[in-house]
Amino acid sequence: MNDQLYQDRIVSLAKAKTGAGKLANPTKSARRDNPLCGDRVTIDVKLDDGGKIAEIGHQVRGCLLCQASASALASVAVGRNAAGIEKVRLDAERAIGREEGDPGEPFSAFAPVKAHKSRHECVLLPFEALKDALS
Amino acid sequence: MSFDVAAVRRQFPILAQIIDGQPVHYLDNGASAQTPDAVLDAVRTYETTGRANVLRGVHRLAERATEAYENARIEVADFLSVDPMEIVFTGGCTASINLVAYSYGSLLKPGDRIIVSELEHHSNIVPWQLLRQRSGIELDVVPVTVNGRIDLNALPRLLTPRTKLISLAHVSNVTGTLLDVHAVVTLAKTVGAKVMLDGAQRAPHGPLDLAAMGIDFYAFAGHKAYGPNGIGVLWAKSELLEAMPPFHGGGSMIGRVTFAETTWAPPPRRFEAGTPPIGPAIGLGAACKWMRTLDWKEAHAHEMGLVERLMDGLQKIDGATLFGPPSTQNRYPVVSFLLDGVHPHDVAQTLDSFGVAVRAGHHCCQPLMDRFDLDGTTRVSIAPYNDNTDIDALLTGVQHAARTLR
Repeated sequence: MNDQLYQDRIVSLAKAKTGAGKLANPTKSARRDNPLCGDRVTIDVKLDDGGKIAEIGHQVRGCLLCQASASALASVAVGRNAAGIEKVRLDAERAIGREEGDPGEPFSAFAPVKAHKSRHECVLLPFEALKDALS
Repeated sequence: MSFDVAAVRRQFPILAQIIDGQPVHYLDNGASAQTPDAVLDAVRTYETTGRANVLRGVHRLAERATEAYENARIEVADFLSVDPMEIVFTGGCTASINLVAYSYGSLLKPGDRIIVSELEHHSNIVPWQLLRQRSGIELDVVPVTVNGRIDLNALPRLLTPRTKLISLAHVSNVTGTLLDVHAVVTLAKTVGAKVMLDGAQRAPHGPLDLAAMGIDFYAFAGHKAYGPNGIGVLWAKSELLEAMPPFHGGGSMIGRVTFAETTWAPPPRRFEAGTPPIGPAIGLGAACKWMRTLDWKEAHAHEMGLVERLMDGLQKIDGATLFGPPSTQNRYPVVSFLLDGVHPHDVAQTLDSFGVAVRAGHHCCQPLMDRFDLDGTTRVSIAPYNDNTDIDALLTGVQHAARTLR
Protein backbone atom coordinates (compact mmCIF):
# COMPACT_ATOMS: atom_id res chain seq x y z
CA MET A 1 0.00 0.00 0.00
CA ASN A 2 1.22 3.52 -0.83
CA ASP A 3 -1.23 5.53 1.22
CA GLN A 4 0.06 9.06 1.61
CA LEU A 5 -3.19 10.96 1.34
CA TYR A 6 -5.43 10.07 4.25
CA GLN A 7 -3.13 11.12 7.06
CA ASP A 8 -4.41 11.48 10.59
CA ARG A 9 -4.74 15.26 10.53
CA ILE A 10 -7.06 15.25 7.52
CA VAL A 11 -9.17 12.43 8.93
CA SER A 12 -9.34 14.27 12.28
CA LEU A 13 -10.47 17.49 10.64
CA ALA A 14 -13.23 15.64 8.78
CA LYS A 15 -14.37 13.80 11.87
CA ALA A 16 -14.37 17.01 13.94
CA LYS A 17 -17.21 18.30 11.72
CA THR A 18 -16.57 21.85 12.95
CA GLY A 19 -19.48 24.01 11.80
CA ALA A 20 -21.39 21.09 10.31
CA GLY A 21 -25.13 21.64 9.98
CA LYS A 22 -27.67 24.23 8.91
CA LEU A 23 -28.09 27.65 10.49
CA ALA A 24 -31.61 28.56 11.60
CA ASN A 25 -31.81 32.05 10.11
CA PRO A 26 -28.81 32.60 7.87
CA THR A 27 -28.09 36.03 6.43
CA LYS A 28 -26.88 34.35 3.26
CA SER A 29 -26.56 30.85 1.85
CA ALA A 30 -24.96 29.35 -1.22
CA ARG A 31 -24.62 25.92 -2.73
CA ARG A 32 -21.87 24.72 -5.00
CA ASP A 33 -21.67 21.49 -6.97
CA ASN A 34 -18.70 19.87 -8.56
CA PRO A 35 -20.29 18.47 -11.72
CA LEU A 36 -17.41 16.10 -12.34
CA CYS A 37 -17.60 14.17 -9.10
CA GLY A 38 -21.02 15.16 -7.77
CA ASP A 39 -19.75 16.67 -4.52
CA ARG A 40 -22.11 19.30 -3.13
CA VAL A 41 -21.46 21.91 -0.44
CA THR A 42 -24.08 24.22 1.06
CA ILE A 43 -22.88 27.02 3.31
CA ASP A 44 -24.98 29.25 5.56
CA VAL A 45 -23.56 32.38 7.19
CA LYS A 46 -24.82 34.92 9.66
CA LEU A 47 -23.11 38.26 9.16
CA ASP A 48 -22.67 41.05 11.67
CA ASP A 49 -23.34 44.68 10.80
CA GLY A 50 -19.80 45.07 9.51
CA GLY A 51 -20.20 42.19 7.05
CA LYS A 52 -18.07 39.84 9.11
CA ILE A 53 -19.05 36.21 9.65
CA ALA A 54 -20.70 35.79 13.05
CA GLU A 55 -21.75 32.19 12.53
CA ILE A 56 -21.19 29.57 9.82
CA GLY A 57 -22.83 26.25 9.03
CA HIS A 58 -21.99 23.80 6.25
CA GLN A 59 -23.61 20.73 4.77
CA VAL A 60 -21.27 18.56 2.72
CA ARG A 61 -22.37 15.74 0.49
CA GLY A 62 -18.92 14.82 -0.57
CA CYS A 63 -15.69 13.07 0.19
CA LEU A 64 -13.53 13.15 3.27
CA LEU A 65 -11.27 15.84 1.79
CA CYS A 66 -14.25 18.10 1.14
CA GLN A 67 -15.56 17.48 4.66
CA ALA A 68 -12.14 18.17 6.18
CA SER A 69 -11.80 21.38 4.20
CA ALA A 70 -15.27 22.61 5.22
CA SER A 71 -14.44 21.80 8.83
CA ALA A 72 -11.07 23.62 8.67
CA LEU A 73 -12.68 26.60 6.96
CA ALA A 74 -15.43 26.84 9.57
CA SER A 75 -12.83 26.72 12.34
CA VAL A 76 -11.24 29.98 11.16
CA ALA A 77 -14.15 31.77 9.42
CA VAL A 78 -15.82 33.57 12.31
CA GLY A 79 -14.79 37.23 12.51
CA ARG A 80 -13.64 37.36 8.90
CA ASN A 81 -15.17 39.24 5.99
CA ALA A 82 -14.85 38.29 2.32
CA ALA A 83 -11.31 39.65 2.10
CA GLY A 84 -10.34 37.75 5.21
CA ILE A 85 -11.72 34.52 3.74
CA GLU A 86 -9.66 35.11 0.58
CA LYS A 87 -6.55 35.14 2.79
CA VAL A 88 -7.59 31.83 4.31
CA ARG A 89 -8.15 30.43 0.84
CA LEU A 90 -4.59 31.40 0.00
CA ASP A 91 -3.47 29.14 2.85
CA ALA A 92 -5.46 26.25 1.38
CA GLU A 93 -4.04 26.90 -2.08
CA ARG A 94 -0.52 27.02 -0.65
CA ALA A 95 -1.11 23.70 1.07
CA ILE A 96 -2.07 22.00 -2.19
CA GLY A 97 0.72 23.66 -4.14
CA ARG A 98 -1.32 26.10 -6.22
CA GLU A 99 0.34 29.10 -4.60
CA GLU A 100 3.86 29.72 -3.38
CA GLY A 101 4.60 29.95 0.32
CA ASP A 102 3.91 28.17 3.56
CA PRO A 103 0.26 27.51 4.42
CA GLY A 104 -1.09 28.74 7.71
CA GLU A 105 -2.89 26.49 10.16
CA PRO A 106 -4.95 24.39 10.04
CA PHE A 107 -4.49 24.13 6.25
CA SER A 108 -1.01 22.66 6.36
CA ALA A 109 -2.89 19.42 7.03
CA PHE A 110 -3.81 19.39 3.34
CA ALA A 111 -0.23 19.18 2.08
CA PRO A 112 -0.65 15.47 1.16
CA VAL A 113 -3.32 16.49 -1.38
CA LYS A 114 -0.67 18.37 -3.38
CA ALA A 115 0.31 15.22 -5.29
CA HIS A 116 -3.30 14.36 -6.14
CA LYS A 117 -4.38 17.00 -8.65
CA SER A 118 -7.70 15.29 -9.31
CA ARG A 119 -8.62 15.98 -5.67
CA HIS A 120 -7.68 19.68 -5.46
CA GLU A 121 -11.22 20.75 -6.23
CA CYS A 122 -12.46 18.66 -3.29
CA VAL A 123 -10.49 20.95 -0.97
CA LEU A 124 -11.52 24.16 -2.70
CA LEU A 125 -15.27 23.50 -3.13
CA PRO A 126 -16.24 24.80 0.38
CA PHE A 127 -14.30 28.01 -0.40
CA GLU A 128 -16.23 28.42 -3.63
CA ALA A 129 -19.53 28.01 -1.81
CA LEU A 130 -18.52 30.48 0.92
CA LYS A 131 -17.34 32.98 -1.70
CA ASP A 132 -20.78 32.81 -3.34
CA ALA A 133 -22.48 33.22 0.03
CA LEU A 134 -20.44 36.32 0.79
CA SER A 135 -20.81 37.93 -2.63
CA MET B 1 -10.73 -26.42 -21.54
CA SER B 2 -10.92 -23.73 -18.90
CA PHE B 3 -10.42 -20.09 -19.69
CA ASP B 4 -6.71 -19.22 -19.84
CA VAL B 5 -6.68 -15.78 -18.25
CA ALA B 6 -2.87 -15.66 -18.18
CA ALA B 7 -2.79 -16.06 -21.96
CA VAL B 8 -5.25 -13.19 -22.34
CA ARG B 9 -3.33 -10.97 -19.90
CA ARG B 10 -0.10 -11.47 -21.86
CA GLN B 11 -1.72 -9.74 -24.84
CA PHE B 12 -2.21 -6.52 -22.86
CA PRO B 13 1.19 -4.88 -22.34
CA ILE B 14 -0.10 -2.28 -19.89
CA LEU B 15 -0.98 -5.01 -17.39
CA ALA B 16 2.66 -6.09 -17.12
CA GLN B 17 3.62 -2.74 -15.63
CA ILE B 18 4.77 -2.23 -12.08
CA ILE B 19 3.86 1.23 -10.77
CA ASP B 20 5.44 2.34 -7.49
CA GLY B 21 6.29 -1.27 -6.77
CA GLN B 22 2.74 -2.51 -7.35
CA PRO B 23 1.12 -4.44 -10.17
CA VAL B 24 -1.77 -2.86 -12.06
CA HIS B 25 -5.15 -4.13 -10.84
CA TYR B 26 -7.31 -2.53 -13.51
CA LEU B 27 -10.99 -2.75 -12.59
CA ASP B 28 -12.18 0.44 -14.32
CA ASN B 29 -12.98 -1.23 -17.63
CA GLY B 30 -16.45 0.28 -17.74
CA ALA B 31 -14.84 3.70 -18.08
CA SER B 32 -12.17 2.64 -20.54
CA ALA B 33 -10.83 -0.83 -21.20
CA GLN B 34 -7.20 -1.67 -21.97
CA THR B 35 -6.02 -2.50 -25.44
CA PRO B 36 -4.28 -5.64 -26.72
CA ASP B 37 -1.23 -6.02 -28.95
CA ALA B 38 -3.51 -6.90 -31.87
CA VAL B 39 -5.01 -3.41 -31.77
CA LEU B 40 -1.73 -1.62 -31.14
CA ASP B 41 -0.15 -3.52 -34.04
CA ALA B 42 -3.01 -2.67 -36.41
CA VAL B 43 -2.81 1.03 -35.59
CA ARG B 44 0.97 1.03 -35.87
CA THR B 45 0.81 -0.76 -39.21
CA TYR B 46 -1.55 1.89 -40.54
CA GLU B 47 0.50 4.76 -39.14
CA THR B 48 3.80 3.38 -40.43
CA THR B 49 2.85 1.74 -43.72
CA GLY B 50 -0.42 3.21 -44.91
CA ARG B 51 -1.05 6.57 -43.26
CA ALA B 52 -3.00 8.77 -45.64
CA ASN B 53 -6.47 10.18 -46.00
CA VAL B 54 -9.24 7.87 -47.15
CA LEU B 55 -11.56 7.82 -50.17
CA ARG B 56 -10.17 10.65 -52.27
CA GLY B 57 -6.51 9.85 -52.89
CA VAL B 58 -5.31 7.83 -55.88
CA HIS B 59 -1.83 7.09 -54.57
CA ARG B 60 -0.87 3.79 -53.04
CA LEU B 61 -0.85 4.95 -49.44
CA ALA B 62 -4.36 6.37 -49.83
CA GLU B 63 -5.51 3.09 -51.29
CA ARG B 64 -4.01 1.19 -48.38
CA ALA B 65 -5.66 3.56 -45.91
CA THR B 66 -9.05 3.28 -47.61
CA GLU B 67 -8.86 -0.50 -47.76
CA ALA B 68 -7.90 -0.74 -44.08
CA TYR B 69 -10.66 1.68 -43.09
CA GLU B 70 -13.33 -0.19 -45.03
CA ASN B 71 -12.03 -3.54 -43.75
CA ALA B 72 -12.50 -2.18 -40.25
CA ARG B 73 -16.14 -1.50 -41.10
CA ILE B 74 -16.48 -5.13 -42.18
CA GLU B 75 -14.87 -6.36 -38.94
CA VAL B 76 -17.27 -4.29 -36.86
CA ALA B 77 -20.22 -5.48 -38.96
CA ASP B 78 -19.16 -9.12 -38.51
CA PHE B 79 -18.90 -8.55 -34.77
CA LEU B 80 -22.48 -7.25 -34.75
CA SER B 81 -23.78 -9.68 -37.42
CA VAL B 82 -25.02 -6.89 -39.68
CA ASP B 83 -24.37 -5.41 -43.13
CA PRO B 84 -21.20 -3.25 -43.25
CA MET B 85 -23.14 -0.52 -45.06
CA GLU B 86 -25.20 -0.12 -41.88
CA ILE B 87 -22.10 0.72 -39.81
CA VAL B 88 -21.42 4.41 -39.25
CA PHE B 89 -18.12 5.37 -37.66
CA THR B 90 -18.50 8.23 -35.19
CA GLY B 91 -16.34 9.85 -32.55
CA GLY B 92 -17.74 7.71 -29.74
CA CYS B 93 -20.89 6.27 -28.21
CA THR B 94 -22.07 9.72 -27.14
CA ALA B 95 -21.56 10.99 -30.68
CA SER B 96 -23.57 8.05 -32.02
CA ILE B 97 -26.54 8.81 -29.78
CA ASN B 98 -26.34 12.50 -30.62
CA LEU B 99 -26.34 11.60 -34.31
CA VAL B 100 -29.60 9.71 -33.89
CA ALA B 101 -31.11 12.44 -31.70
CA TYR B 102 -30.27 15.08 -34.25
CA SER B 103 -30.90 13.24 -37.50
CA TYR B 104 -33.65 10.75 -36.73
CA GLY B 105 -34.95 13.29 -34.23
CA SER B 106 -35.43 15.83 -37.00
CA LEU B 107 -38.02 13.50 -38.54
CA LEU B 108 -40.17 13.64 -35.40
CA LYS B 109 -43.04 16.04 -34.84
CA PRO B 110 -43.93 18.16 -31.81
CA GLY B 111 -45.81 15.95 -29.38
CA ASP B 112 -44.07 12.75 -30.50
CA ARG B 113 -42.67 10.86 -27.50
CA ILE B 114 -39.38 9.18 -26.67
CA ILE B 115 -38.91 6.81 -23.76
CA VAL B 116 -35.69 6.50 -21.76
CA SER B 117 -35.12 4.99 -18.32
CA GLU B 118 -34.11 6.24 -14.92
CA LEU B 119 -30.78 4.40 -15.06
CA GLU B 120 -29.54 5.89 -18.31
CA HIS B 121 -26.12 7.45 -18.68
CA HIS B 122 -26.34 11.21 -19.23
CA SER B 123 -25.39 10.51 -22.86
CA ASN B 124 -28.74 8.79 -23.33
CA ILE B 125 -30.67 11.55 -21.58
CA VAL B 126 -29.24 14.92 -22.54
CA PRO B 127 -29.31 14.47 -26.37
CA TRP B 128 -33.07 13.81 -26.10
CA GLN B 129 -33.52 16.84 -23.84
CA LEU B 130 -31.76 18.93 -26.48
CA LEU B 131 -34.08 17.46 -29.09
CA ARG B 132 -37.03 18.32 -26.86
CA GLN B 133 -35.83 21.94 -26.77
CA ARG B 134 -35.37 22.00 -30.55
CA SER B 135 -38.50 20.30 -31.73
CA GLY B 136 -41.03 19.93 -28.94
CA ILE B 137 -40.94 16.16 -28.51
CA GLU B 138 -41.87 14.75 -25.09
CA LEU B 139 -39.73 12.49 -22.90
CA ASP B 140 -41.08 9.67 -20.76
CA VAL B 141 -39.00 7.88 -18.15
CA VAL B 142 -39.27 4.21 -17.19
CA PRO B 143 -38.47 3.80 -13.47
CA VAL B 144 -36.01 1.26 -12.08
CA THR B 145 -36.70 -1.44 -9.50
CA VAL B 146 -35.05 -1.47 -6.09
CA ASN B 147 -32.45 -3.85 -7.53
CA GLY B 148 -31.45 -1.36 -10.20
CA ARG B 149 -33.18 -2.99 -13.15
CA ILE B 150 -35.30 -1.11 -15.65
CA ASP B 151 -38.87 -1.86 -14.53
CA LEU B 152 -40.40 -3.25 -17.71
CA ASN B 153 -43.71 -3.76 -15.89
CA ALA B 154 -43.98 0.02 -15.92
CA LEU B 155 -43.25 0.31 -19.64
CA PRO B 156 -46.70 -0.55 -21.13
CA ARG B 157 -48.46 2.37 -19.47
CA LEU B 158 -45.93 4.80 -20.99
CA LEU B 159 -46.57 3.57 -24.52
CA THR B 160 -48.80 5.70 -26.70
CA PRO B 161 -49.40 5.95 -30.45
CA ARG B 162 -47.11 9.00 -30.29
CA THR B 163 -44.19 6.95 -28.88
CA LYS B 164 -41.63 6.92 -31.69
CA LEU B 165 -38.50 5.64 -29.96
CA ILE B 166 -37.48 3.71 -26.87
CA SER B 167 -33.79 4.30 -26.07
CA LEU B 168 -32.33 2.22 -23.25
CA ALA B 169 -29.04 0.94 -21.91
CA HIS B 170 -28.39 -2.62 -23.06
CA VAL B 171 -26.33 -3.11 -19.88
CA SER B 172 -26.30 -0.57 -17.03
CA ASN B 173 -22.98 1.15 -16.44
CA VAL B 174 -23.81 1.30 -12.70
CA THR B 175 -25.53 -1.98 -11.84
CA GLY B 176 -24.45 -4.24 -14.72
CA THR B 177 -28.06 -5.29 -15.28
CA LEU B 178 -28.92 -6.73 -18.68
CA LEU B 179 -32.00 -5.41 -20.43
CA ASP B 180 -34.67 -7.87 -21.53
CA VAL B 181 -34.42 -6.74 -25.15
CA HIS B 182 -37.02 -9.18 -26.42
CA ALA B 183 -39.62 -7.81 -24.01
CA VAL B 184 -38.83 -4.22 -24.99
CA VAL B 185 -38.97 -4.96 -28.72
CA THR B 186 -42.26 -6.84 -28.31
CA LEU B 187 -43.82 -3.92 -26.44
CA ALA B 188 -42.38 -1.35 -28.86
CA LYS B 189 -43.98 -3.15 -31.80
CA THR B 190 -47.45 -2.73 -30.27
CA VAL B 191 -47.22 1.02 -30.96
CA GLY B 192 -44.74 0.95 -33.85
CA ALA B 193 -41.92 2.55 -31.86
CA LYS B 194 -38.27 2.11 -32.80
CA VAL B 195 -35.80 0.69 -30.28
CA MET B 196 -32.30 2.04 -29.71
CA LEU B 197 -29.80 0.43 -27.36
CA ASP B 198 -26.82 2.10 -25.74
CA GLY B 199 -24.39 -0.80 -25.97
CA ALA B 200 -21.38 0.87 -24.36
CA GLN B 201 -21.25 -1.65 -21.52
CA ARG B 202 -22.35 -4.69 -23.50
CA ALA B 203 -20.18 -4.57 -26.60
CA PRO B 204 -16.94 -5.25 -24.64
CA HIS B 205 -18.29 -8.65 -23.62
CA GLY B 206 -18.55 -10.46 -26.92
CA PRO B 207 -20.15 -10.57 -30.37
CA LEU B 208 -23.79 -9.64 -30.90
CA ASP B 209 -26.50 -10.57 -33.35
CA LEU B 210 -28.27 -7.24 -33.75
CA ALA B 211 -30.40 -8.36 -36.66
CA ALA B 212 -31.86 -11.18 -34.57
CA MET B 213 -32.57 -8.83 -31.66
CA GLY B 214 -35.19 -6.92 -33.63
CA ILE B 215 -33.87 -3.51 -32.65
CA ASP B 216 -33.38 -0.46 -34.85
CA PHE B 217 -30.31 1.43 -33.54
CA TYR B 218 -27.22 0.34 -31.58
CA ALA B 219 -24.38 2.50 -30.30
CA PHE B 220 -21.07 1.67 -28.65
CA ALA B 221 -17.64 3.14 -27.99
CA GLY B 222 -14.30 1.86 -29.24
CA HIS B 223 -12.25 2.60 -26.14
CA LYS B 224 -14.51 0.58 -23.87
CA ALA B 225 -14.26 -2.37 -26.28
CA TYR B 226 -10.43 -2.68 -26.25
CA GLY B 227 -10.07 -0.28 -29.18
CA PRO B 228 -8.61 3.21 -29.44
CA ASN B 229 -10.14 6.36 -28.09
CA GLY B 230 -11.99 8.76 -30.43
CA ILE B 231 -13.97 6.14 -32.33
CA GLY B 232 -17.52 4.95 -31.88
CA VAL B 233 -20.09 3.01 -33.83
CA LEU B 234 -23.66 3.65 -34.77
CA TRP B 235 -25.52 0.77 -36.32
CA ALA B 236 -28.97 1.39 -37.75
CA LYS B 237 -31.22 -0.52 -40.10
CA SER B 238 -30.48 0.51 -43.66
CA GLU B 239 -34.00 1.80 -44.33
CA LEU B 240 -33.67 4.13 -41.34
CA LEU B 241 -30.25 5.40 -42.41
CA GLU B 242 -31.62 5.96 -45.92
CA ALA B 243 -34.42 8.11 -44.53
CA MET B 244 -32.27 10.12 -42.15
CA PRO B 245 -30.81 13.53 -43.10
CA PRO B 246 -27.14 14.32 -42.44
CA PHE B 247 -25.95 15.36 -38.99
CA HIS B 248 -22.67 17.10 -39.89
CA GLY B 249 -21.99 18.69 -43.27
CA GLY B 250 -18.65 18.72 -45.03
CA GLY B 251 -16.46 16.62 -47.26
CA SER B 252 -17.21 12.97 -48.03
CA MET B 253 -20.90 13.14 -47.08
CA ILE B 254 -22.10 14.78 -50.29
CA GLY B 255 -23.35 13.64 -53.65
CA ARG B 256 -22.95 16.91 -55.55
CA VAL B 257 -22.44 20.42 -54.16
CA THR B 258 -23.62 23.58 -55.86
CA PHE B 259 -24.56 26.87 -54.25
CA ALA B 260 -28.13 26.28 -55.32
CA GLU B 261 -28.46 22.75 -54.02
CA THR B 262 -26.43 19.96 -52.46
CA THR B 263 -27.25 16.29 -52.50
CA TRP B 264 -26.17 13.70 -49.97
CA ALA B 265 -24.03 10.62 -50.27
CA PRO B 266 -25.74 7.34 -49.42
CA PRO B 267 -25.24 5.89 -45.94
CA PRO B 268 -22.94 5.27 -44.18
CA ARG B 269 -20.85 8.03 -45.78
CA ARG B 270 -23.70 10.53 -45.41
CA PHE B 271 -22.99 10.46 -41.68
CA GLU B 272 -19.17 10.57 -41.85
CA ALA B 273 -18.47 14.18 -42.79
CA GLY B 274 -14.85 15.23 -43.05
CA THR B 275 -11.81 13.06 -42.53
CA PRO B 276 -12.92 10.25 -40.23
CA PRO B 277 -10.86 8.92 -37.30
CA ILE B 278 -9.03 6.52 -39.62
CA GLY B 279 -6.42 5.03 -37.28
CA PRO B 280 -8.92 4.62 -34.43
CA ALA B 281 -11.41 2.94 -36.80
CA ILE B 282 -8.73 0.51 -37.96
CA GLY B 283 -7.86 -0.15 -34.32
CA LEU B 284 -11.51 -0.79 -33.48
CA GLY B 285 -11.77 -3.19 -36.39
CA ALA B 286 -8.80 -5.06 -34.92
CA ALA B 287 -10.43 -5.01 -31.48
CA CYS B 288 -13.64 -6.54 -32.87
CA LYS B 289 -11.59 -9.18 -34.66
CA TRP B 290 -9.65 -9.83 -31.43
CA MET B 291 -12.85 -10.19 -29.41
CA ARG B 292 -14.04 -12.83 -31.87
CA THR B 293 -10.94 -14.91 -31.12
CA LEU B 294 -12.13 -15.45 -27.53
CA ASP B 295 -14.54 -18.17 -26.46
CA TRP B 296 -17.11 -15.86 -24.88
CA LYS B 297 -19.01 -18.61 -23.15
CA GLU B 298 -15.85 -19.31 -21.18
CA ALA B 299 -14.84 -15.66 -20.93
CA HIS B 300 -18.24 -14.67 -19.57
CA ALA B 301 -18.17 -17.53 -17.06
CA HIS B 302 -14.71 -16.34 -15.98
CA GLU B 303 -15.91 -12.74 -15.61
CA MET B 304 -18.97 -13.75 -13.63
CA GLY B 305 -16.85 -16.02 -11.44
CA LEU B 306 -14.89 -12.90 -10.51
CA VAL B 307 -18.17 -11.10 -9.80
CA GLU B 308 -19.13 -13.90 -7.39
CA ARG B 309 -15.74 -13.71 -5.69
CA LEU B 310 -16.20 -9.96 -5.37
CA MET B 311 -19.73 -10.21 -4.00
CA ASP B 312 -18.75 -12.91 -1.50
CA GLY B 313 -15.81 -10.82 -0.32
CA LEU B 314 -17.81 -7.62 0.02
CA GLN B 315 -20.48 -9.40 2.05
CA LYS B 316 -17.81 -10.23 4.64
CA ILE B 317 -16.79 -6.58 5.07
CA ASP B 318 -18.69 -4.77 7.78
CA GLY B 319 -20.67 -1.89 6.30
CA ALA B 320 -20.21 -2.87 2.65
CA THR B 321 -23.43 -3.22 0.68
CA LEU B 322 -24.08 -4.01 -2.95
CA PHE B 323 -26.00 -1.53 -5.06
CA GLY B 324 -27.81 -3.48 -7.74
CA PRO B 325 -28.95 -7.05 -8.04
CA PRO B 326 -27.35 -9.44 -5.54
CA SER B 327 -27.10 -12.25 -8.10
CA THR B 328 -25.10 -12.91 -11.26
CA GLN B 329 -28.20 -13.71 -13.32
CA ASN B 330 -29.00 -11.51 -16.33
CA ARG B 331 -26.11 -9.19 -15.69
CA TYR B 332 -22.67 -8.34 -16.91
CA PRO B 333 -19.56 -7.83 -14.78
CA VAL B 334 -20.22 -4.33 -13.51
CA VAL B 335 -20.75 -4.12 -9.74
CA SER B 336 -21.44 -1.04 -7.63
CA PHE B 337 -21.14 -1.00 -3.87
CA LEU B 338 -21.33 1.34 -0.91
CA LEU B 339 -19.18 1.41 2.21
CA ASP B 340 -21.12 2.81 5.12
CA GLY B 341 -19.54 6.00 6.48
CA VAL B 342 -16.93 6.30 3.73
CA HIS B 343 -17.50 8.37 0.61
CA PRO B 344 -17.02 6.44 -2.66
CA HIS B 345 -14.22 8.78 -3.76
CA ASP B 346 -12.32 8.00 -0.60
CA VAL B 347 -12.82 4.28 -1.19
CA ALA B 348 -11.50 4.66 -4.74
CA GLN B 349 -8.55 6.78 -3.62
CA THR B 350 -7.64 4.22 -0.97
CA LEU B 351 -7.90 1.45 -3.56
CA ASP B 352 -5.48 3.36 -5.78
CA SER B 353 -2.94 3.17 -3.00
CA PHE B 354 -3.27 -0.63 -3.28
CA GLY B 355 -2.72 -0.45 -7.03
CA VAL B 356 -6.42 -0.99 -7.75
CA ALA B 357 -8.16 1.21 -10.32
CA VAL B 358 -11.93 1.63 -9.97
CA ARG B 359 -14.39 4.42 -10.66
CA ALA B 360 -16.35 6.24 -7.97
CA GLY B 361 -19.04 8.87 -8.11
CA HIS B 362 -22.31 9.29 -9.96
CA HIS B 363 -21.05 7.51 -13.12
CA CYS B 364 -22.83 10.13 -15.26
CA CYS B 365 -26.12 8.78 -13.89
CA GLN B 366 -27.27 11.58 -11.60
CA PRO B 367 -31.00 10.78 -11.98
CA LEU B 368 -30.29 7.21 -10.82
CA MET B 369 -28.29 8.52 -7.85
CA ASP B 370 -31.14 10.91 -7.01
CA ARG B 371 -33.65 8.04 -7.19
CA PHE B 372 -31.75 6.21 -4.44
CA ASP B 373 -30.57 9.38 -2.64
CA LEU B 374 -26.93 8.47 -3.13
CA ASP B 375 -23.85 10.69 -3.44
CA GLY B 376 -22.39 8.01 -5.64
CA THR B 377 -21.11 4.45 -5.62
CA THR B 378 -17.80 2.71 -6.00
CA ARG B 379 -17.90 0.72 -9.23
CA VAL B 380 -15.91 -2.35 -10.15
CA SER B 381 -16.01 -3.22 -13.85
CA ILE B 382 -14.37 -6.40 -15.03
CA ALA B 383 -12.83 -7.51 -18.32
CA PRO B 384 -11.68 -10.97 -19.44
CA TYR B 385 -8.06 -10.17 -18.47
CA ASN B 386 -8.91 -9.62 -14.82
CA ASP B 387 -8.07 -12.38 -12.39
CA ASN B 388 -8.45 -13.39 -8.74
CA THR B 389 -5.49 -11.26 -7.66
CA ASP B 390 -7.31 -8.15 -8.90
CA ILE B 391 -10.40 -8.95 -6.83
CA ASP B 392 -8.37 -9.91 -3.77
CA ALA B 393 -6.33 -6.69 -3.91
CA LEU B 394 -9.58 -4.74 -4.13
CA LEU B 395 -11.09 -6.52 -1.14
CA THR B 396 -7.93 -5.84 0.90
CA GLY B 397 -8.18 -2.17 -0.01
CA VAL B 398 -11.86 -1.93 0.91
CA GLN B 399 -11.12 -3.55 4.27
CA HIS B 400 -8.37 -0.99 4.84
CA ALA B 401 -10.72 1.90 3.97
CA ALA B 402 -13.35 0.48 6.33
CA ARG B 403 -10.78 0.31 9.15
CA THR B 404 -9.13 3.70 8.69
CA LEU B 405 -11.65 6.14 7.25
CA ARG B 406 -14.59 5.95 9.61
